[in-house]
Amino acid sequence: MNEFIETKDVHLYYGEKEALKGINLSFPARGINALIGPSGCGKSTYLRTLNRMNDLIPGVTMTGSVQINGQNVYSPKTDTVELRKKVGMVFQQPNPFPFSIYENVTYGLRIAGIKDKQLLDERVEESLKQAAVWDEVKDTLHKSALSLSGGQQQRVCIARVLAVKPDVILLDEPTSALDPVSSGLIEDMLLAIRDNYTIIIVTHNLQQASRISDRTAFFLNGELIESGQTKQIFMQPQKKATDDYISGRFG
Amino acid sequence: MKTKVENQVALAIIRLIAILVVVILAFLLGDILLAGVPHISWHFLTAPSQSFTSGGGIGIQLFNSIYLLVLTLIISFPISLGAGIFLAEYAPKNFLTAIVRMAIEVLSSLPSVVVGLFGFLLFVVQLKMGFSILSGAIALTFFNLPLLTRNIEESLAAVPTLQREAGMALGLSKWRTVTRIILPEALPGIITGVVLGAGRVFGEAAALIYTAGQSATNIDFTQWNPLNSASPLNMMRPAETLAVHIWKINSEGVMPDANAVSAGSSAVLIIAVLLFNLLARVLGNALYRKLTASKTN
Repeated sequence: MNEFIETKDVHLYYGEKEALKGINLSFPARGINALIGPSGCGKSTYLRTLNRMNDLIPGVTMTGSVQINGQNVYSPKTDTVELRKKVGMVFQQPNPFPFSIYENVTYGLRIAGIKDKQLLDERVEESLKQAAVWDEVKDTLHKSALSLSGGQQQRVCIARVLAVKPDVILLDEPTSALDPVSSGLIEDMLLAIRDNYTIIIVTHNLQQASRISDRTAFFLNGELIESGQTKQIFMQPQKKATDDYISGRFG
Repeated sequence: MKTKVENQVALAIIRLIAILVVVILAFLLGDILLAGVPHISWHFLTAPSQSFTSGGGIGIQLFNSIYLLVLTLIISFPISLGAGIFLAEYAPKNFLTAIVRMAIEVLSSLPSVVVGLFGFLLFVVQLKMGFSILSGAIALTFFNLPLLTRNIEESLAAVPTLQREAGMALGLSKWRTVTRIILPEALPGIITGVVLGAGRVFGEAAALIYTAGQSATNIDFTQWNPLNSASPLNMMRPAETLAVHIWKINSEGVMPDANAVSAGSSAVLIIAVLLFNLLARVLGNALYRKLTASKTN
């Protein structure tokens, strides 16, 4: 049976350096998947192969196959613009555009050619509500997104991704630059939308992974050590390295 | 104890140098303005200049300076915008772009009188454009182009990579990311650079002596057809600018009030350049605030 996202034997090189050493990993449709591992283990790099963000970095070469919903992501026929509409991404640092909150959230839609004011308004409210930031910004939608706090900015960035209704949401350490309260809000929000999206989150925070994810994959030195149900990874890891990492003996 | 003394000595010297710079500037500005401002009047700013009698103004020169500046910007801004975007966003790091960068650097360090003579030989003589505003504008473009390109490239490069990733990750093409996100964000820096460059162009004389010429033909401010030779908008007429006028009065001026005209013109030029600097700051800050702070609607 085919999984929603399937990656086979993914190798990735930054110049000479091999950053991913043959990753075989798949994710079912819907639910939250956590990628954990120490810094430099390749988890962010792996995440970025899924929407081809690594294409932007000069000197990167990649082999192996990545399929999302049966589509070969690295086929020459793949339109990266279309791909990234289906596979949204949230970054470590909040990166709102220097425009109003409203414009930020509608950006993807308006680029896609949607002009209907009513539809845009609806989508803004819906996305901001999903991202758990509506109550805080509903009266200041036309203020610059840069005037918000870091936590609010990050949730607006998530709303910006949700607005285009992607299938997959990639989050690259989305809460590591935020305070615990904002992080908690984002975790709750992810739990609330887990049934509608395939979510893959890179995190350094093991508690976060164990709190919110359904499945967890552990990366070390560019290799996938172990993956499975989160409960199992945290309670009965099969590999010693996994056990050492989650019990804090290194990393 | 020794490092403390060293620190204080260094600090004292640096302060002294800073004060010296400010004093020199203040002295220069004070001298020029004190000598010139009393001669500035509405008549002085609008009347045509006189070659042999006193009471001449700088109206035509002032208009020429502004018109030349506008033309220069119209020619140089689109070119440097394209070049800046290419260098900041698209240029691969290879031998060819290294040469382009170096060419820009060399171009920006060419002495203005050399650019002027080159313009004279190529545009005025070879291409038979004569001493004209157009020849002058192209010569000034040579100057402005490297500065402006560099400024635009740097303003674009100063926008964090995260913004590019945000755009791309949202499914924007590279071109749209650059034009719809990166460019607006870099705009305050770009505008500041354009206005500062404009100040420099406004005060340029050496490159214009041989290209836009040293004579201010009488122009008819009621005739706005650019093809009419008396029209202020005619690009093919010779046009002495304010800076060239100052140079000319001081080297061969025979009117009885040459000193007064020179002082007044200098003051006007300095005030204009100061205004450009002030405008650059105000515009840059205002744009930055508009982008980052609250909007009214």
